[in-house]
Amino acid sequence: MFVAIMLVLVAVGTVVFHFLSPWWWTPIASNWGSIDDTVTLTFWITGVVFVAIVLFMAYCVFRYRYREGRRADYTPENKKLEWWLTGLTTAGVVGLLAPGLFVWNQYVTVPEEAHEFEVVGQQWQWSYRFPGADGVLGTSAPQNISDDNPFGLNPDDPNSQDDILIEDDEVHLPLHKPAKFLLRSIDVLHDFYVPQFRAKMDLVPGMVTFFWATPTRAGTFDILCFELCGVGHHTMRGTVVVEEESAYRAWLQEQPTFAQSMTEARNGAEDDSRENLKLVLGEAEAGSTAR
Amino acid sequence: MAYVTHDDAQSVPLAEVGEMELYHAKSWVTKYVFSQDAKVIAIQYSVTAIAIGMLGLVLSWLIRLQLGFPEVFDFITPADYYQFITMHGMIMVIYLLTALFLGGFGNYLIPLMVGARDMVFPYVNMLSYWIYLVAVLVLVASWFVPGGPTGAGWTLYPPQAILSGTPGAEGGILLMLISLALFIIGFTMGGLNYVVTVLQARTRGMTLMRMPLTIWGIFVATCLALLAFPALFVGAVMMTFDSLLGSSFFMPAIVEFGELLDYEGGSPVFFQHMFWFFGHPEVYIVALPAFGMVSDLLSVHARKNIFGYRMMVWAIVVIGGLSFIVWAHHMYVSGMNPYFGFFFATTTLIIAVPTAIKVYNWTLTLWQGNIHLTIPMLFALAFIVTFVNGGITGLFLGNVTADVPLSDTMFVVAHFHMVMGVAPLLVVFGAIYHWYPLMTGRMLDETMGQFHFWVTFLGAYAVFLPIHYLGLLGVPRRYFELTDISFIPDSVQTLSAFVTVVALIVGFAQLVFIYNLIVSRTKGEPAGRNPWRATTLEWQTAEVPPGHGNFGETLPVVYRWAYAFSVPGARDDFIPQNLPPDQVPTDGSVS
Ligand code: HEM
Ligand SMILES: [Cu+2]
Ligand SMILES: [Cu+2]
Repeated sequence: MFVAIMLVLVAVGTVVFHFLSPWWWTPIASNWGSIDDTVTLTFWITGVVFVAIVLFMAYCVFRYRYREGRRADYTPENKKLEWWLTGLTTAGVVGLLAPGLFVWNQYVTVPEEAHEFEVVGQQWQWSYRFPGADGVLGTSAPQNISDDNPFGLNPDDPNSQDDILIEDDEVHLPLHKPAKFLLRSIDVLHDFYVPQFRAKMDLVPGMVTFFWATPTRAGTFDILCFELCGVGHHTMRGTVVVEEESAYRAWLQEQPTFAQSMTEARNGAEDDSRENLKLVLGEAEAGSTAR
Repeated sequence: MAYVTHDDAQSVPLAEVGEMELYHAKSWVTKYVFSQDAKVIAIQYSVTAIAIGMLGLVLSWLIRLQLGFPEVFDFITPADYYQFITMHGMIMVIYLLTALFLGGFGNYLIPLMVGARDMVFPYVNMLSYWIYLVAVLVLVASWFVPGGPTGAGWTLYPPQAILSGTPGAEGGILLMLISLALFIIGFTMGGLNYVVTVLQARTRGMTLMRMPLTIWGIFVATCLALLAFPALFVGAVMMTFDSLLGSSFFMPAIVEFGELLDYEGGSPVFFQHMFWFFGHPEVYIVALPAFGMVSDLLSVHARKNIFGYRMMVWAIVVIGGLSFIVWAHHMYVSGMNPYFGFFFATTTLIIAVPTAIKVYNWTLTLWQGNIHLTIPMLFALAFIVTFVNGGITGLFLGNVTADVPLSDTMFVVAHFHMVMGVAPLLVVFGAIYHWYPLMTGRMLDETMGQFHFWVTFLGAYAVFLPIHYLGLLGVPRRYFELTDISFIPDSVQTLSAFVTVVALIVGFAQLVFIYNLIVSRTKGEPAGRNPWRATTLEWQTAEVPPGHGNFGETLPVVYRWAYAFSVPGARDDFIPQNLPPDQVPTDGSVS
């Protein structure tokens, strides 16, 4: 009796906890409501099965508990019942899989009109790159990376020059515009995830990965790294600000392009070498090298 | 109907099995230390596995202390934390569960249950254990090298695993890889033994379709392990090369903290494929023996034949086969070709069907039974509850779309603990309560058993159930702390503290169990022969505990399946597998 009651309590307790739990989805802020729907559907189908099985066990434990002189039934198999159960389970599984695959098809199909931008991950910070006026991101390679060129862009690629570089963990995105997140890591695996967007993908060094999402709610959201990337993994954070397109444009305007940052760097470098020259040649000669 | 397994009128022609030459130990050392007797090897494996498992348990406490009370235990640094979770995960999955199920239960039960005198290659079997022990020692040694053990996560994903941003990149990761390679070598020696013994050394009349499901589970799990471990072995060797010799199997061009490394062209995703080609079958390497053993516990203690035996056997075989084509469901967001998602989601959900059938058949075994609520039965019931719970969350994670927001969250942690941590361990406990009387001749203490059961079952459920909901909220796994995350309310910390307290209680309940194991060895109630009135051969030996060679002068002959419980017309509610049909006492009624 006690055991049967405990089993019932486990089933009921689980359901009660499910409905009363204060821990639930963080309110969504993207187009991926369909992902939440698949999860909800799965909760319903599997929840019913779970409760049914545990209650059935409780019933058996109570009804068929040991009694002196009682004998268990001897029925090695029951083909009909077994096929029925197999059939029903198959139907349930198809009911889960079909919507799952349907939504996955949307997940892997990036809309034509999506605007691309790049997320760059490295231990343990985020940075971002937007295509400039030409709308195309320039090529990049780890071999190009230096203090002056932290993104590793190809300086000879004309497409790189107007790329907008954001060396900061905060990025802005326009509201209601599908965005294709191109993901690039320069060291180890990372994973770009904004829980309110529901969509994520790993960053893998040596390749560019992607996913897409349309932000549907204005606000400031946390970006978390979701793939273990070393001791600083839990500190690898960023923020995404979703705002009206005009505000987004204004923000983007203020960010430096690759060409600008290179010029700055070059000027900086010239300043440095001038300093060195001064040291080597002395004040007087240094004065004559100045144009 | 020639193959109907449960029909004992149909005596299968008895194949002759030659008597095997037994190795007879000449000294104490060869009898108990370098023993070639599978039963002694089984105990050695089990004791070692449980000992290292205790370390895994202590590590889980440290992890939980950090998560539950982040500010309080400031001797735990982030590096420590990542080392703890890595070693905890690896120890639990490989060095505890795999070793205990196959090396422990496999060695003890296979020869006894199929009616063999020992494993077919006893010497190799002995080596298997000693290599396993060395593997464990190498693993533990990683705490004593500069940099400590690896903190790469139990999945050991490169490039991170061998780069300096991860703790243990100096020596820990190499010792981990070496230890795994040793484990696999040792396991292969044992595994070949288990498979060949099941295939070649069954006694007369023990057809495959008369074998207890315990043996089916262990047998198929061993086949999986023999096929899956090589992938991990090769991956480990390749990663060792990348780390030591500068090869680039898994390493693309990388700039690490501003410095260009000397690697080029390798693929980190390639390692993930190799890891999970092993890693997914690994789940079933742990689960299938548990499936088999729990079937037998349910049947014996409900006094009823297992429902749908043939379906159960085929389900084990089909699950084993399918488990090799679902691995990339761990990689939906890994950056592999996203179209693979369609294939792997489909195969993964197909596996749910045979798995569900097993669950139905377990519950239908209870139906119309005569259920003794013994400790093994309680654990078996708890297994069904936790396994169903953990299994259904697998349908979320397997169904590609639903996995996207949930992957790498606490939902995953809750899922795999429920399904491959809690559920199989409950079977381990049930099995120990069930077979301890055979191994020692004494019963385990019932009161301590009740206490152990209720605290473990309800506690573990209370620990892992709420953690799913943290995952839903978006709480990441493998996070040292959750400071400054705007969507995480304070209540999460309260819940974490609660979970930690319960986990500690559950942990300490295991000490009661260990205590029970030790005292009952000498103080337990004498079990006598066959205390559970079971049908299988291990309970029909000449002496209890079974001596060297298992069976007396002659090997038993098997006349029927292992589930002849409550057969109408028979006097007793069980008929041992080796009782000749003409000697079965009848109840007097005409049958
Ligand atoms: C009292 C029992 C246990 C407790 C309280 C416990 C707790 C935990 C916790 C808190 C984590 C870290 C979660 C995170 O932040 O990522 C973890 C990780 C893990 N545990 Fe357990 N655990 C227990 C038993 C087991 C068992 C029996 C297994 C065997 C399957 C297991 C396998 C793992 C694995 C594979 C990981 C992942 C390690 C990684 O992320 O690399 N645990 N456990
Ligand atoms: Cu990370
Ligand atoms: Cu898997």
